[in-house]
Amino acid sequence: MKETQPRIGVVVFPGSQDDRDAAWALGALGAEPIMVWHGEKELPALDAVVLPGGFSYGDYLRCGAIARFSPAMRAVTEFAEEGGLVLGICNGFQILCEAGLLPGVLRPNTSLEFICRDVAVVVERSDTPFTARCEAGQELLIPVKHGEGCYHLPPELPEEQIALRYAPGNNPNGSEEDIAGVVNSAGNVFGLMPHPEHAVDPLLGSGDGALILASLVDSARERLYARA
Amino acid sequence: MRAVVLVRPKAGILDPQGEAVESSLRQLGFTVAAARVGKVIDLEVAAASPSAARAEIERMCERLLANPLIESYEIELAEDA
Repeated sequence: MKETQPRIGVVVFPGSQDDRDAAWALGALGAEPIMVWHGEKELPALDAVVLPGGFSYGDYLRCGAIARFSPAMRAVTEFAEEGGLVLGICNGFQILCEAGLLPGVLRPNTSLEFICRDVAVVVERSDTPFTARCEAGQELLIPVKHGEGCYHLPPELPEEQIALRYAPGNNPNGSEEDIAGVVNSAGNVFGLMPHPEHAVDPLLGSGDGALILASLVDSARERLYARA
Repeated sequence: MRAVVLVRPKAGILDPQGEAVESSLRQLGFTVAAARVGKVIDLEVAAASPSAARAEIERMCERLLANPLIESYEIELAEDA
């Protein structure tokens, strides 16, 4: 069975806190999670990479601004530029924006409050490697927990890069156009503020996050077969 | 050579921190038309000349200290003062 398990790297920065939840969820959904320390200059053979949530480098200066220059992020940037699948969750989304792998930037919530609760989000694009198990227009219940999740979009962002929106009336942080997650133009890099890894078991409130992570595992498995 | 970098939210960018400060000042009875909150970064750099220092600090701002999408920056060299 081992050869059907895609290898998905989870990058661990100083201050990451959701790396283990992400690894556990990916493992439960059929992948082999590989922890990658932020000081690593090269990635092992991987079929996808996840940048987990947390407060890398203490969120100093701006969220993600320091993490983006870590050795592992240079390797992740190369991986993404070669078409590798990269998912950034919360702080991982912030890092991808700072690194220029995703458009836009995440700013302090307009309420200035740290928000930790379940929110309803709507899948805008079901034709990405990260949302293929969802249907366009499907509503998912996934928790957010962040102080800086207010998405500021660049003026030229095409509508088709908006993959996930907060459901009407559910925007928790003041994000422009209710944006909760965006993909890059090539479609291989996805960042979102909600935490799918905290919603993979209905026992804990919602299993909807598993749709996103299982989509990633499916896509990574296709990469594995192509690599073999 | 010492320098001060001022990083500010760009005009038109929502600044919830500035708004909170503004409303707090009003509650204290001060008359305030607007408040914006930015950052100050004190630097000490080794450079051959003020112009070389300025060019180096501009590179720092572009790469790390400011996010050009939402922030503007100003560099003040100690010699300028």
